Amino acid sequence: MVSTERAGAPAQADRAASDRRRARQAAAAVTDPELPMLTLADLGILREVDADGDGGAIVWITPTYSGCPAIGAIRADVDRALRESGFDSVEVRTLLDPPWSTDRITERGRRLLAEHGISPPGPAPRGDGPVPLSLTPRRRALHCPRCGSDSAELTSEFGSTACKALYRCTACAEPFEHMKEI
Amino acid sequence: MTHSPAAEPNEESVYAGLVDVDGDAAQWAFGTGFDDPLAGVDTAVPAGVDRADLAAYCLMLGDDALVLAQRLAEWCSNAPELEEDVALSNISLDLLGQGRLLLARAAAADPESVPPLPPDSPVPAEDALAFFRDTGGFRNAALAEIPNGDFAQSTLRLLLFSVWRLALLEELRGSADPVLAAVAGKGIAEVAYHRDYAARWTVTLAQGTAESRRRTEAAAEAVWPHAAELFAVHPVERRMAEAGVGVAPDAVRPACAAVLDEVLRAADLHRPDLDAAATARGRAGEHTPALSELLGDMQSLARQHPRGTW
Repeated sequence: MVSTERAGAPAQADRAASDRRRARQAAAAVTDPELPMLTLADLGILREVDADGDGGAIVWITPTYSGCPAIGAIRADVDRALRESGFDSVEVRTLLDPPWSTDRITERGRRLLAEHGISPPGPAPRGDGPVPLSLTPRRRALHCPRCGSDSAELTSEFGSTACKALYRCTACAEPFEHMKEI
Repeated sequence: MTHSPAAEPNEESVYAGLVDVDGDAAQWAFGTGFDDPLAGVDTAVPAGVDRADLAAYCLMLGDDALVLAQRLAEWCSNAPELEEDVALSNISLDLLGQGRLLLARAAAADPESVPPLPPDSPVPAEDALAFFRDTGGFRNAALAEIPNGDFAQSTLRLLLFSVWRLALLEELRGSADPVLAAVAGKGIAEVAYHRDYAARWTVTLAQGTAESRRRTEAAAEAVWPHAAELFAVHPVERRMAEAGVGVAPDAVRPACAAVLDEVLRAADLHRPDLDAAATARGRAGEHTPALSELLGDMQSLARQHPRGTW
């Protein structure tokens, strides 16, 4: 028994390490249900992945907005992706702190957003003090994802999903969405 | 449409994500099959914190959000313009999410706060709290429950509500309850958008046409009398503030007054009296008839199916 354990421990550790890589790969490749060109890794929704080398995996994800209805779909998709990769015990856990921020979206994610007609977010407001009131539309340095013009007017801070604002390009007159900073 | 009974269960299709493969709580189609919003979150109650008080406090903040979310949802397909319809629905959804997290936190802190359902009921705890409590069990402030009125009245209500809530959430970031602190930290950026939206519309309506001005002044008459209650302190809030978990709402009165002054100066409207004598009636479960009507709408379907799977 003892000798088996001695031999088994490093093998177990190796298996866990390779399972962790595999689990991370599977979870990172899951796409967002509302922005299917982006993966959970691109969006920064995926926080941590762990595996025990014995068929078990734990994935930590962070919801974008408190009421984002996509989070249920994301949980189910992560669960399915890992089971399809051979993990038979999958747990998807929520990580609320620190809260998700658009600053977590990767460079690749920002490029893909723009390529798909969604203006990527600028830097999120930071600071622990009171959020200053803004009586005029917040100024954003953004470009129309269709014609590249930097002249656009805000139609609404609220769009088709919780994370987007609506703009209209004053050069090409096309409406477009902007992922708002949070 | 033909249906192939021989289809493989794991066949790739656009519906694949809707299928409850393992019979667990992962089914989510069309916003249903709610899973636990605090799954995997450590919900242990911090040492020395009274769990019944913590649950009651989370219900207060959660009910404010849930009830106003329901009110705002009444605007869906009824707002003056499509953009405002979308905006108010988005704000409703954010508040619904905050409400869910807080009701789930209340249930985890003190399971006795959850109304009993049949033992075989699949209804999750936060839904039991939302759909199976009577009016007297709700702990929201009256401001959240008063009827929408016109767009001006809804705008002024949202302004007052989100100025107050944002100030509370900013303080709650430092809560001794890490779950409450995280929920607050998450909500701040959301409510800041709500507040700015309401503030801009307040100025636009008040400084717009003679008709919009008249309506906005009438809205202030209807909404402002509910302001003082927001700063009345319920014993649970007092105790939670003393325990470092909650905020006594009178502590955020100066911050709220400063923000409201900034908006209402630009709108040329008078500020509600935040110092008027008031008791925390809503926090104690005393409500206007408007809440019973709202809950009738919101709860009747769920109550007819206490064993329902949604």
